Amino acid sequence: MAASGNTSDVFAPWNDASATPLIRFEGVTKRYGDFTAIDNLTLDIYEREFYALLGPSGCGKTTLLRLLAGFEEATEGRILIGGKDISKVPPNQRPVNMMFQSYALFPHMSVAKNIGFGLKQEGRSKDEIAQRVAEMLTLVQLQEFAKRKPHQLSGGQRQRVALARSLAKNPKLLLLDEPLGALDKKLRERTQFELMNLQEKLGVTFMIVTHDQEEAMTVASRIAIMDKGIVAQVDTPAMIYEAPKNRYVSDFIGDVNFIEGTVTAQQDHEITLQSAAGQDFILHSDKPLAISSTAWLAIRPEKIAVSKEPPEDRRNKLQGIVDDIAYSGSISTYHVRLSNGDLIKAQMTNQRRLSNRAITWEDNVWLSWTDTAAIALTE
Amino acid sequence: MTINWRRFLLIGIPMIWLLVFFLMPFFIVLKISLSDMATAMPPYTPNYTPEAGIQGMVNLWQAFDLENFIWLLEDNIYWLSYLSSLQIALVSTLFTLLLGYPIAYALARSPEKWRGLLVLMIILPFWTSFLIRVYSWIGILKTEGFLNHFLLWLGVIDTPLAMINTNFAVYIGIVYSYLPFMVLPLYAALEKMDDSLIEAALDLGTTRLGAFWQVTFPLSLPGIVAGCFLVFIPAMGEFVIPDLLGGSETLMIGKTLWGEFFSNRDWPVASAVAIVLLMLLVIPILLFQRQQEKAQEAAS
Ligand SMILES: Nc1ncnc2c1ncn2[C@@H]1O[C@H](COP(=O)(O)OP(=O)(O)O)[C@@H](O)[C@H]1O
Ligand SMILES: [Mg+2]
Repeated sequence: MAASGNTSDVFAPWNDASATPLIRFEGVTKRYGDFTAIDNLTLDIYEREFYALLGPSGCGKTTLLRLLAGFEEATEGRILIGGKDISKVPPNQRPVNMMFQSYALFPHMSVAKNIGFGLKQEGRSKDEIAQRVAEMLTLVQLQEFAKRKPHQLSGGQRQRVALARSLAKNPKLLLLDEPLGALDKKLRERTQFELMNLQEKLGVTFMIVTHDQEEAMTVASRIAIMDKGIVAQVDTPAMIYEAPKNRYVSDFIGDVNFIEGTVTAQQDHEITLQSAAGQDFILHSDKPLAISSTAWLAIRPEKIAVSKEPPEDRRNKLQGIVDDIAYSGSISTYHVRLSNGDLIKAQMTNQRRLSNRAITWEDNVWLSWTDTAAIALTE
Repeated sequence: MTINWRRFLLIGIPMIWLLVFFLMPFFIVLKISLSDMATAMPPYTPNYTPEAGIQGMVNLWQAFDLENFIWLLEDNIYWLSYLSSLQIALVSTLFTLLLGYPIAYALARSPEKWRGLLVLMIILPFWTSFLIRVYSWIGILKTEGFLNHFLLWLGVIDTPLAMINTNFAVYIGIVYSYLPFMVLPLYAALEKMDDSLIEAALDLGTTRLGAFWQVTFPLSLPGIVAGCFLVFIPAMGEFVIPDLLGGSETLMIGKTLWGEFFSNRDWPVASAVAIVLLMLLVIPILLFQRQQEKAQEAAS
């Protein structure tokens, strides 16, 4: 994975200063009583984006969508769609449609009636509605199910009806609240790709809420990582993974090891960090760090090599004892205990069969990584 | 073959219950309705005594006739009473629905911590005797009652209204007495409805009113049907309310039946009236059951 750059053939309107966002949150705060669910939030979403809101349960993702859909009113700040303040526009007049976490299909209506509901409200003719409904049914491959009631469908089919219903009016923005949360893992992965294809084909801006980081990484053009009502970082999946802004973000996306230390030297982008145990580590930082300030070395498990012999060619190394090995088919994760009691996770691909594995429990091993594998975080 | 005792008890006890407390009384009433009036004790003939044996049964059977049912057709009072009961029951059911729906809706949308208390308040009147509650309406509705005093004090009227002993008072009595039977099934239907359905309807471009008619209302139909039957069926046979609150022109089959039974001591005709009423009610009850079954199928 490469960090996306500024090249013109890559879809990255957020890097284009002249682009106007489709959606803009300007200092939006939402309070329930004295509980702040969204705290002074500012963000831009561009047309055709597949924007993911990612965060733990209760961090305010659904609230953010409901503010956009018009079911909640912001306590402070403004929300703009296409440059217009929509704070006073009721939900039924917003160019936004929502796919609900519970799907919210009308149980007394057939699949076709559900999908055509929004069109009927617009006062379209019967023929027009029938044609559009047929189109949407084809899109989600449910042609044979038009006459069924929601309770006669499987979870995955219901999910597709909900999707078709929310897309039928061809909204400018589609809000999806954990759309795949109720599906099993296989179906979920397949649906992720279907969603991506659909979004590309229709050119509708998607805003998806999820608490599954893999899902966000797979589908999104950009991810906003949320933490208790604030946005911790907005970036492309690659940048979120490779260049997290702080420990919260790096910990939330994938696995990571932290080593706390003091900056003792900086030369260009190369930093020397001294751990509490007095060991020096070399790492990479895009921004300058003050000498003798506290910082954290962050390293992903897959960037650490495990070996029985001390690696000669690497400056970053640690010695420890294998505490546990988590075997998961193609890779194994080694939990290595250092002499100070800390655990470090390292991942290696299983190039050999299990029985021939060179490293096993209680082995004394060396962990090592290159000078540019780790990054420095200051918060 | 072994007898499955558990199964026998499970099915047998309710069957015996129905037999003893429903079917046997029904057949006794049916038998009386086929008999003739007599100035005797009991006030009808023929009677069967075990000593008469088989021949007695044959005599009994031969003495049965449909005279009383034919009589019900000949005298206007009966079918006028049935019709009037039907009208009063239908109109009161409609008003109970119109009054009960907003109450049930408000209950279902009230904050969760209040709901239990509010539902309790709906059923609280049941702790007081039905008779006393209907009686107290006399105090409210009579010429020098609370309501007239209040209206006079407000200056809305300058002579007291004649409300007691009219059909109006009967409607008030029925709507008041049966309101909980309407509110509770409606509340049950509305309460289990997912709020996000309304939000989805709004999201798809309908107004609040549109969402109500297209989503809330159709989804509450099972509750409406249940509530209407629970009010209509007892209202149809109501006796206490028309007797206490209604006037001489208030015709209801319950009152007519009571008159036949206690004033005329014509048990056979009174029984025939009861049998016809039962038959008239069985039809809506069967309809109701079919509807409930359908609702259950749809829910599963
Ligand atoms: N109507 C409400 N009243 C009070 N608190 C609410 C309400 N809706 C949401 N919250 C609170 O706001 C926070 C964010 O909720 P939500 O946006 O649903 O989180 P998420 O979707 O990220 O799990 C939660 O702590 C929740 O309890
Ligand atoms: Mg949520």
